[in-house]
Amino acid sequence: MQRYSAWALARNALSNHRNWPRQWRSPEPKRHYDVIIVGAGGHGLATAYYLARNHGINNVAVLEKGWLGGGNVGRNTTIVRSNYLLDESAALYEHALKLWETLSRDLNYNVMYSPRGVLNLAHNLSDVRAGRRRAESNRLNGIDSHWLEPEEVKKLCPILNTSNSLRYPVLGSTFQPRGGTARHDAVAWGYARAADALGVDIIQNCEVTSIRRESGAVSGVETTRGFIGANKVGLVAAGHSSVLAEMAGFRLPLQSHSLQALVSEPVKPVLDTVVMSGAIHVYVSQSDKGDLVIGAGIDSYNSYAQRGSFQVIEGQMAALTELFPIFARLRMVRTWGGVVDVSPDASPIIGKTPLGGLFINCGWGTGGFKATPGSGWVFAWTIANGEPHAINAPFSLERFTTGALIDEHGAAAVAH
Amino acid sequence: MLQIDCPWCGPREEVEFHCGGQAHLVRPADPEALSDAQWADYLFMRDNPKGRFAERWVHSAGCRRWFNVLRDTRTHRILAVYRMGEQPPEVQS
Repeated sequence: MQRYSAWALARNALSNHRNWPRQWRSPEPKRHYDVIIVGAGGHGLATAYYLARNHGINNVAVLEKGWLGGGNVGRNTTIVRSNYLLDESAALYEHALKLWETLSRDLNYNVMYSPRGVLNLAHNLSDVRAGRRRAESNRLNGIDSHWLEPEEVKKLCPILNTSNSLRYPVLGSTFQPRGGTARHDAVAWGYARAADALGVDIIQNCEVTSIRRESGAVSGVETTRGFIGANKVGLVAAGHSSVLAEMAGFRLPLQSHSLQALVSEPVKPVLDTVVMSGAIHVYVSQSDKGDLVIGAGIDSYNSYAQRGSFQVIEGQMAALTELFPIFARLRMVRTWGGVVDVSPDASPIIGKTPLGGLFINCGWGTGGFKATPGSGWVFAWTIANGEPHAINAPFSLERFTTGALIDEHGAAAVAH
Repeated sequence: MLQIDCPWCGPREEVEFHCGGQAHLVRPADPEALSDAQWADYLFMRDNPKGRFAERWVHSAGCRRWFNVLRDTRTHRILAVYRMGEQPPEVQS
């Protein structure tokens, strides 16, 4: 792998940037691998990278039915934060945030992690109580989160309407300074390039059609490019997790929904932090390109269509223009949808499955991007050791049987 | 936006309705007799097919009655609407 550096940039400038090496190979699948990861999104590629880097397992294939990074890692609103209420979630998301802080250096790829701070606004008394409680809980878990009064919010984000003219006025906000955004495509590409350099085969246009089982354990996968054997398989397929689980003979407590997002035309810098409102339900940040990136909640009905109903967009636009009157005349240029796997307790499922050798990482719902590095890190550990790491042990599939749910509804700071 | 054909009110816009998730779930007659795994299966595990899916909707801003919809989750196309207590009709795709 050729290292990216200022020197490499200057050297390649001499040849008009025509001689940059490809970032990853497109190999033919081998007949057998030590580990197969299904899904070349952020979490899947991160898993493959950490398997190779942390555990020395290099004979790994990442199978992708479409193109690398074409699913939710390229469709999210790029927000990174770790201000979750419960201890289990705080440990998982804070582990990810610590990895974000050095990720560009680790991967030698600029993922443009930008700790510009995340505001979670409160608009009613229960929001205020929940927000204050969450900030205190975060501090006990060593997470940089604190409470801001309305005038402090106004100082931080002057274009926000904090007047009493709002139907649901801003009564305060939590603030996590280390939260922010990252360039989502670069995360997928950076992990792909780094994993490929360590020997991982990334195989695109290769859809898994069934999962082969022998005496209670997985022995490989049938794909559109033939059978590929492996004694360990990790499913990291987000919205399509239930489809894969059905192939392996078990059910998951997941429902797939469309989650839509949209961007505005690019404008000059106007918003230098991330603003989220769970109560009137919109969140917004400004990308480095200048467009506003806007999201909110899922469409109510199950869907695999990667698109949703327009009234959901209308609802979040109403909330946006209420909070930011300055955006009222901005034109929106593009909307899209992704298929998200929503779990009953708004927490992910990372661990073993009823089938031996088969592991699953799913249920991230509407908020998986922020966890990408940590998710890959703990899932690689789980696959390498055959047992979950202490951080992801509480996020087992068995919790739905034992009742030890990790209920992050609302506490996750956005409504689901 | 979906246009949903309420069995009592006729075709109306999706915003008048709420989706109630998977249809034909039957509460176990004797919950006390179930193992934890069986109870979890009833409470949390759900079908999540890529394709035909039978689900419940309620016309909350209209007649406020529940009914079933057979819908394709790949295309959002509604294949059939039928009343509570009825089984999903046979339809050609």
